[in-house]
Amino acid sequence: MSDKVSLSLTINGAQHALTVAPERTLLDVLREELRMTGTRRGCDAGDCGACTVLVDGLPMLSCLSLPARLGGRDIRTIEGVESGGELHPVQRALVQHGAVQCGFCMSGIVLAAKALLARNPSPTLDEVRHALGSNVCRCSGYARVVEAIASVGGRP
Amino acid sequence: MSHDAKPKPVPVPVGEVVGQSVPKPDAREKVTGRALYTDDLVLPGMLHGALLGSPHPHARILAYDTSRAKALPGVRAVLTAEDLPPVDIGPVIKDQPLLARGKVRYAGEPVAAVAAVDLPTARRALELIDIRYEVLPAALDVDAALRPDAPVIHAPRGEGHPNVATHIRLVEGEPDKVWARCDAIIEDVYETPAQQHVYLEPCTTLAAVDPDTGRITIHTSTQTAFRVQAITAEALAVPMSRIRVQVPRVGGAFGGKVESTNQPITVALAKAAGAPVRLTFSRTDDMRMMRSRHGARIYMRTGATRDGRILARQVRIHYDTGAYADDGPFVAAIGSYFSRGPYRIPHVDVECWSVYTNKLRAGAFRGFGNPQVHFASEIQVDRLAEALGMDPIELRLRNALETGEKWLGGAPVESGTLRACLEKAREVSDWHRRRERPSTTSPGKRRGLGIAAVGHVSALLGSSATVRLNEDGTVNVSTGAVDTGQGSDTALAQVAAGALGLSLEQINFSRPDTDTSPYDWCTGGTRTTFTVGHVITEACEQVREQLFEHASAILERPVKQLELRPGGVVGVRGEPGLSTTFGAISGYALYVAGGPIIASSRWLFPAWQLDTRRTKVEGLPSMGNGFFVFAAQVAEVEVDEVTGKVDVLEAWCVHDVGRALNPAAAAGQVQGGFVQGLGYALTEELVWKDGHLVNPSMSGYKVPGALDVPVAIHPVLLERAFGPGPFGAKGVAEVGVVGAAPAIINAIRHATGARLNQIPATGERVLRALLAHEAPATKDG
Repeated sequence: MSDKVSLSLTINGAQHALTVAPERTLLDVLREELRMTGTRRGCDAGDCGACTVLVDGLPMLSCLSLPARLGGRDIRTIEGVESGGELHPVQRALVQHGAVQCGFCMSGIVLAAKALLARNPSPTLDEVRHALGSNVCRCSGYARVVEAIASVGGRP
Repeated sequence: MSHDAKPKPVPVPVGEVVGQSVPKPDAREKVTGRALYTDDLVLPGMLHGALLGSPHPHARILAYDTSRAKALPGVRAVLTAEDLPPVDIGPVIKDQPLLARGKVRYAGEPVAAVAAVDLPTARRALELIDIRYEVLPAALDVDAALRPDAPVIHAPRGEGHPNVATHIRLVEGEPDKVWARCDAIIEDVYETPAQQHVYLEPCTTLAAVDPDTGRITIHTSTQTAFRVQAITAEALAVPMSRIRVQVPRVGGAFGGKVESTNQPITVALAKAAGAPVRLTFSRTDDMRMMRSRHGARIYMRTGATRDGRILARQVRIHYDTGAYADDGPFVAAIGSYFSRGPYRIPHVDVECWSVYTNKLRAGAFRGFGNPQVHFASEIQVDRLAEALGMDPIELRLRNALETGEKWLGGAPVESGTLRACLEKAREVSDWHRRRERPSTTSPGKRRGLGIAAVGHVSALLGSSATVRLNEDGTVNVSTGAVDTGQGSDTALAQVAAGALGLSLEQINFSRPDTDTSPYDWCTGGTRTTFTVGHVITEACEQVREQLFEHASAILERPVKQLELRPGGVVGVRGEPGLSTTFGAISGYALYVAGGPIIASSRWLFPAWQLDTRRTKVEGLPSMGNGFFVFAAQVAEVEVDEVTGKVDVLEAWCVHDVGRALNPAAAAGQVQGGFVQGLGYALTEELVWKDGHLVNPSMSGYKVPGALDVPVAIHPVLLERAFGPGPFGAKGVAEVGVVGAAPAIINAIRHATGARLNQIPATGERVLRALLAHEAPATKDG
């Protein structure tokens, strides 16, 4: 078994000092060391998008990310999306449009959409579809999810 | 029999809650990540479980050596079949051990289980388990399994081929005599794949055994707390009273979590280790070990007269049920029962086999045997329309079952709305204009439009509900229903609110817990809103009677003058100023007279016994049928003639939902179902090589992504309120998946002339079909 490594991660603006086995992924660290379970484990292989987090504002699959490489980067998880107890507009839109079913994909979808809106505040339906290309939702058929996210930017 | 009774008028809800697209109360915790699924739960001292899968599709187990695994530091329990009661489980045929006993029957079948302090240790321990096998010849497809000299997968259970799990025959009329009277006959063989559920949350269980009392607590992702309780009790020979099942949030299920998943083995690990154990499958283990939809091969022949009356149909269905029967016999029953389609065909001969093979077991999956037979039937009906020179919708309308007509087997169609669905689909899709315009839109691309009619079933089996009035006039509603994400908690709370005139804030809808919830069979069979909704309205009606009895004393007016008013108020009809609140009535009941206000209701959907004077029946396993529901689905596709890739551009899904309790939630079911059907039509297929699954991953097995589906999937909800569902609501959950594949394949045919009788219609298969179409001398593929 490999020796553990010490590292410091900045997650949702807070510093976390950790000692973990080097093969542990960011997803392992979030869910098991820090008990931040909002980041979901759907496939552990980079295929489903349920574990998406933002690193310096860009979507990253935490199941494929090694934390040792992320020191000093700004990691944002679903737990850090609300501000002051208020839902992010994407979260509000997904709730209001009835886009949420089982919810297991939602953490990843909220973060992918947040990243999209940060660089493109008024995306078209097609741009939303492309931004969700790495996020599988097995329940909704995507239509209401895409419409909800596009509605945040004022598109129908 | 309720079918003979005069139908009661559909009640009208009080207040505005029913029919509103209220946001689901659990949506907020899901978009914030706060929702707790089973894998998010931790107990003190909790261990992690993992299962070892068989490396062979068929082999005898000669010897185990678990000593190296047990010696690994951190390992707390290692189990094989030798450590478990010699019990086989299964909803119909008792053929499945928790861990393979004596032999393995599919590659990936669990043969050993480990609990350890962490998952890496548990997985390392699995590698240290030594099992000696004697490899046996395997039967890897239905044809091989049905050969007289095929390897025998289970001990024979009576007559017939030992690898046949179920054999069914249904005959009506005199099919052999009428073929000569048909002006057009179409005959073909259709093949459908083993589609997998790919719920985004892999199967997971957290089990704990109380060291003092031996009582077992299970938290698990399931469609049914009560079946988990019963199956675990059976598998481990423990009384049900010793087992408590609670259901955290469920990350999708679609039929894959109807029967037991990993609950019993996780309990066995927790007992052996003397500590709580959580066992969450990896995606690969879930795909190799759990279950799939039945792959099917269907021979079908249908004949009609020149004026478009379908006279006769012959069907031969082979379902591949894999290594264990699981829900396969019921799937075969539904498939047989729906193979006539939603049509009036007087002469029918159906024969169906569910066959064991050395592959992953097949079981329940949204649609439950019906997508397979609808695929064959709806493609064949389109070809019949072509042969007759008739519009496909027109031919379907001429044969659509109407109210009062009989289903195959004689059950009455109580609300025959297929005609309305087809006519609405024709209108909203602008059918005639789109069908008649040129198919070539850009070089190398062709567009076409296709339709499928759908008949399915909702309701079935037993449910119960308890409704209690709190001291402040709010209401607690308890049922055993599991919300797997489809939104039943919301819709059912709306039902209770509508029955009593309350707001949703005044309803507490509690989650399933076998210690405290009244029984519900399962979230499956498009039954929850219908069946549980029914018992909620019945219990609320009893609560209303109790409320009125006390209100009559408080208001000094006879009961028959009282009315429910929105907001939890009982008033006097015609006297707007005279009323009392539920809270006041509750206080009266608690402290003055009568005692707490509480009611419960129970129901078993009355199954129709097949009419054996009308239908010759052999081998149909009994399973309560339900209430027939109808839909029509239209898809527009664009086919790339160079690559064979098919894009679905737009879809119109017309569903009679009786009454849309929550239109957004119902529409979400319709759209989500269509997209699962789109995956079934175009990309989804488990593939085996030499008995080994080659694509047990979400990269190898392609479920539709956002870029693979159109945003323009138009849900059209018809509201023909009728029957015992709450306020006339009918089920919708499974229906959307049933007709999507044939609608898409019919659209490919319309676009290109290519005939596809096999799905998924991958680029390769579409190209082959295009080539066959261009070279008509060759045989169709």
